[in-house]
Amino acid sequence: MSVLVYTESEQGNFKKTAFEVASYAKAVANQLGTTVTAVSINANNTSDLGNYGVDKVLNINNSGLNNFNAKGYAEAIKQAADQENANVVVVSSSADSKYLAPLLAVSLNAGFASNVVDVPNNTEPFMVKRSAFTNKAFEFTQINSEVKLIALLNNSFGLVENNTDTLAEDFSPSISVAGVSIQSVDKATDKVTIADAEIVVSAGRGLKGPENWGMIEELADVLGAATACSKPVSDLGWRPHGEHVGQTGKPVASNLYIAIGISGAIQHLAGINASKVKIVINTDPEAPFFKVADYGVVGDAFEVVPQLIEKLKTFKTQQ
Amino acid sequence: MNILVCISHVPDTTSKINFVDNDTKFDLSGVQFVINPNDEFGLTRAMWFKEKQGAKVTVINVGGAETEPTLRKALAIGADEAIRINTVASDSFTVAKQLAHVIQNGGYDLVIAGRESIDYNGGMVPGMIAGLIDANFVNNCINLDVDGTSATASREIDGGKETVSTSLPLVIGGQKGLVEESDLRIPNMRGIMMARKKPLNVMEPIDNAAETTSVKFEKPAVKEAVTMVSVDNLDELVSLLHNEAKVI
Ligand SMILES: Cc1cc2nc3c(=O)[nH]c(=O)nc-3n(C[C@H](O)[C@H](O)[C@H](O)COP(=O)(O)OP(=O)(O)OC[C@H]3O[C@@H](n4cnc5c(N)ncnc54)[C@H](O)[C@@H]3O)c2cc1C
Ligand SMILES: Nc1ncnc2c1ncn2[C@@H]1O[C@H](COP(=O)(O)O)[C@@H](O)[C@H]1O
Repeated sequence: MSVLVYTESEQGNFKKTAFEVASYAKAVANQLGTTVTAVSINANNTSDLGNYGVDKVLNINNSGLNNFNAKGYAEAIKQAADQENANVVVVSSSADSKYLAPLLAVSLNAGFASNVVDVPNNTEPFMVKRSAFTNKAFEFTQINSEVKLIALLNNSFGLVENNTDTLAEDFSPSISVAGVSIQSVDKATDKVTIADAEIVVSAGRGLKGPENWGMIEELADVLGAATACSKPVSDLGWRPHGEHVGQTGKPVASNLYIAIGISGAIQHLAGINASKVKIVINTDPEAPFFKVADYGVVGDAFEVVPQLIEKLKTFKTQQ
Repeated sequence: MNILVCISHVPDTTSKINFVDNDTKFDLSGVQFVINPNDEFGLTRAMWFKEKQGAKVTVINVGGAETEPTLRKALAIGADEAIRINTVASDSFTVAKQLAHVIQNGGYDLVIAGRESIDYNGGMVPGMIAGLIDANFVNNCINLDVDGTSATASREIDGGKETVSTSLPLVIGGQKGLVEESDLRIPNMRGIMMARKKPLNVMEPIDNAAETTSVKFEKPAVKEAVTMVSVDNLDELVSLLHNEAKVI
C-alpha cells in the first residue's frame, strides 16, 4: 500500500504543481497511514521533493519521453503504481496530466475523480470533494474501485512543507510506440502561462483597443502574473486566442484574478470561479462582476491601472 | 470515413444550479438542456468532413429518453443517424465503457468527443474511450485534418499549441478551434423535418459496475459582499491584498 504521485517537470525542472500534488499526496498518505512515492520523468534534480513529504522517488530517465506523450507517460506511471502497490494515485490538473489521467484510469482499472479540491472526507468508503457545474457547485464522489485516481485542481491545496528523507531509485518502465508524434510546438516560453500562474491579470473590451495592453502587461510583470482576456477581446484579434478565459476558453484557478474592464458575463465567470480572490476594476458600478468579486474599484482603467502599478512597485521595494 | 460524435446533454450555462432530495440530485426544474458546447464544435467539424470529404456521421448519447430532443437537434444539424444507450449516465468510466462497446462493434474510424462536459466537468470520457479501444488520442483538440488514414491535429497546451501527426482509428477531446462559433449551425425547418425521419436507435446497456458514485452536492458558501476601495486610496487595496487576502 502507498500513495503514488506524478510530479510533473518541464525541461528538467519541477513545475510548482508538482510540489502541490506532493503536499496533497502526503496529506492523503497520513490519513491512510502509509508513505508517498513520486514518479518523476526526466527531472534533473529530485531532491526538492523531500521538502514536501515524498518518501521515495522513482526516477525515470528515458530520452523517448523527452517530449510529452500521454500514452507513454501513462504507461510509465501505471508500471510505477504496480511496482509500488499503490492504492491511491494523484496527478495535477495541468493540460498534460488531464490528458494522460483517463488513459491511466483505464489501465489501472481505477475510479477517477477530477478537479478534486480537498483531502478525502473519508477513506472508508473513500470520498472526495470535487468542483463541478463549472465551479458553481461541489460534488462529493465516492470512489469504489480498489485503486483510486485523483486529479487535484491547481491551487486548491497549496504547498505544505514536510521535510522528509527521500530515497531515490532509478526506474525503467517499458514504453510502447506512441501513435501520436509531435510535428511542431508553438509556445511562448518567456511568459508565465495562465495554467501555472498564481496571479492572472485579465482585461476586457473596456480597454478599447489592443494598443492599450502595455499597462496590462506591465501590471502583470510587476506581479509576476500571466495575462488573460475576455472572449470578445480575442475574437476581435486584440489578443491571442490562448489568452481567452471562460466557458469556451481556458479555466483559471489562480490565487488572485484581476479583471479590468470586464463586465462579468456568466460565460466569463464560468471559467474563473475557481480563482480564490478576485478584484474588479470597472467604470460601471452596476457591472455584474462586482457581485462575485472580493475587492472592487469603480474607476477608469486608464487612471487606476497606472497608479496601481506605481503603488505595487513601491510595495515590492519595501518587501 | 465513419465518424461517431459523442454528445453530452447538459444544462445551458445560464441555468440556475440547485439540488433537491437532500442535495443528492440536480434540480431539473426550469433547466434548459443543450448539446454540450464542446460537442457542438465537434459535430460541426464532423459535418465539414461529411460535406468536403465524404463521411457518415452518427451521434450517440448514453442517457435516458429525456436526452432524445438533444439527439434530434444533432440530427437536424445534419448527422445521419443517432444512437441512445438507454441507461443513466452516472459514472464517466461506465459511460466510456458503454461507448467503447458500441465503437468496437460499429467500425468507427474517428470518434469525436468534447474536452469536457460543462455539467460534471469530468474531462474523462474521451481519454477513457481511447484507452479502452486502444486508439490514438488527442485531447484539447483545436484543429483536425484527415487524409486517408493519416491525421494531423493540434492541441492546446499550457501557453501555446502543439501540432501532431497520428492515424486512424483516432479519438479526440475537442473544443472551440475545431470550428469557430460563427461556423455553428442553427437547425433550419428543413433540417428539423428531415431529422424526424432519421433513425434514432435505442440500445440496451452492457452490464457494468460503476467505479464512482455521486453522493451529494454542495453549493459554495455565500460570498461576502465585495469590499470597495476608492480610486484615491489604492494603497489600501495593496495593503488588503497583502494583509487580508495574503495573495501578494
Ligand atoms: C455560448 C457563449 C459562450 C461564451 N463564452 C465566453 C467565454 O468563454 N469567455 C468570455 O469572456 N465570454 C464568453 N462569452 C461572451 C460573454 O457573454 C460576454 O459577451 C463577454 O464576456 C463580454 O466581454 P467583456 O466583459 O470584455 O466586454 P463588455 O461586456 O463589453 O464589457 C466591458 C466592460 O468594461 C467596462 N469599461 C468600459 N470602459 C472602461 C474603462 N475605461 N475602465 C474600466 N472599465 C471600463 C464596462 O463598464 C463593461 O463592464 C460567451 C457567450 C456565449 C453566448
Ligand atoms: N452520457 C454521455 N453520452 C455521450 N457522450 C458523453 C456522455 N458523457 C460525456 N460524453 C462525451 O465525453 C465528453 C467529455 O465529457 P466528461 O468526461 O463527462 O467531461 C463530452 O463532451 C461528450 O463528448
